[in-house]
Amino acid sequence: MAGHQSYEEQKALVFRGLMLLGAITIIEVVVALLAKGHLVHGIRFTEGFGHYLYMLLMVGFSLYKAYFIIFYFMHMAYEVRGLMLSVLLPTTLLIWAIIAFFQEGSSWGARRELIREKDKAEDVVKPNTGNQPQGYLLPSVDWPQKG
Amino acid sequence: MADTSVAHDTHAHDHQDDATTNWEGGDKVPFKASYGKLMMWYFLLSDAFTFAGFLIAYGALRFSTPTWPEADFVFASFPFVNAHWPLIFVTFMTFVLIFSSVTMVRAVQEGHRENRNGVVFWMFLTILGGATFLGSQAYEWTTLIVKENMTVSVNPFGRHIADGVYLNEDGSVAKNEDGTPKAFAKGDNYLLHKHGNEFDVPLVRYEDENGRDLPAKRAEFGPKAFGALFFFITGFHGFHVFSGVLFLTIIMINAASGLYAARRNGYEMVEKIGLYWHFVDLVWVFVFLVFYLL
Repeated sequence: MAGHQSYEEQKALVFRGLMLLGAITIIEVVVALLAKGHLVHGIRFTEGFGHYLYMLLMVGFSLYKAYFIIFYFMHMAYEVRGLMLSVLLPTTLLIWAIIAFFQEGSSWGARRELIREKDKAEDVVKPNTGNQPQGYLLPSVDWPQKG
Repeated sequence: MADTSVAHDTHAHDHQDDATTNWEGGDKVPFKASYGKLMMWYFLLSDAFTFAGFLIAYGALRFSTPTWPEADFVFASFPFVNAHWPLIFVTFMTFVLIFSSVTMVRAVQEGHRENRNGVVFWMFLTILGGATFLGSQAYEWTTLIVKENMTVSVNPFGRHIADGVYLNEDGSVAKNEDGTPKAFAKGDNYLLHKHGNEFDVPLVRYEDENGRDLPAKRAEFGPKAFGALFFFITGFHGFHVFSGVLFLTIIMINAASGLYAARRNGYEMVEKIGLYWHFVDLVWVFVFLVFYLL
């Protein structure tokens, strides 16, 4: 409850929140347009270090917006510490979820490439001549003759 | 601000007293919060995990494909303007949600002062904001579905995987109006257009890493999952906004009728729907980040 603040202070906080969230959003969009090469001809950060820096900046801004909304608009800052921890601590599980699933996604991508390479490779399996064990993907070796 | 007859004695009013009435089993009040408010927080936590699951799935699928449609190419239309304005319309939508979040905070504050007219006024503005957001989203979806032919299973937004040129149907190199070859670079975006009921997929010739021409082939559709991810995630968020507008309307009518004033608990119901509404804005922060900024 925002009972610790006077009514005027509360209204000032709302105005500050509006300015802050608005300013961060504008900065985000301007930086995004700059990084994607729409603002200044010849300048873009779509690869390499610049791209990582850009993504880090965007995630940072978003996390700050989220912090401000939760703690001041949703009044988490004025709740009991236990309530705050019981709501916010479980979200740290998402850190592992992000690491695990993005790694898994990259692995799917790598396998997709692998399959593409395999499709390109020539078929080295010889046709079955009758006296070899049945199997599609066995390498062509000289199998011992029966009898 | 508007004054009411009950506004003055309510500051002495202790919210913890209300909280005790909502819990069963004695005088203990976990976290000094009312039952309803605490459960709203835990519902929002579970909802956050649902959204996180969706957004992480988006990330995993995006990592698994060699190319991904670029947001500033896909989301570049603006109502009544036939121009390519990357990200401007979604920025507008973001601001609509920020404003409606701010008006919601004001409604909650007026509720704490037991100011019925103030609550109704600021809630009404919040509902207007929510409705504007839904209208904007309807425009965005209509553009993508009707004009650009994206569906949950067809994604006409692709990106070139290598440098190359467009070809005519007879295999010759397509030319621009000034006679230069119609070339493209690795990473360039394209949108496949529909001709009648069929997609008009151009012939292209890519170069390999050493600059040698590869055999001609048809351009490909973009990563198939993109459409489904976009419609399901923004749709799920839009559904939250829609339900929020419904609940806000019901609670605004209740507030206007004097129901919450009679409870004399600082319009706690307004505070609870306020938590939900801020959460919708919070989720949009991350939808905006994942779909439009990164």
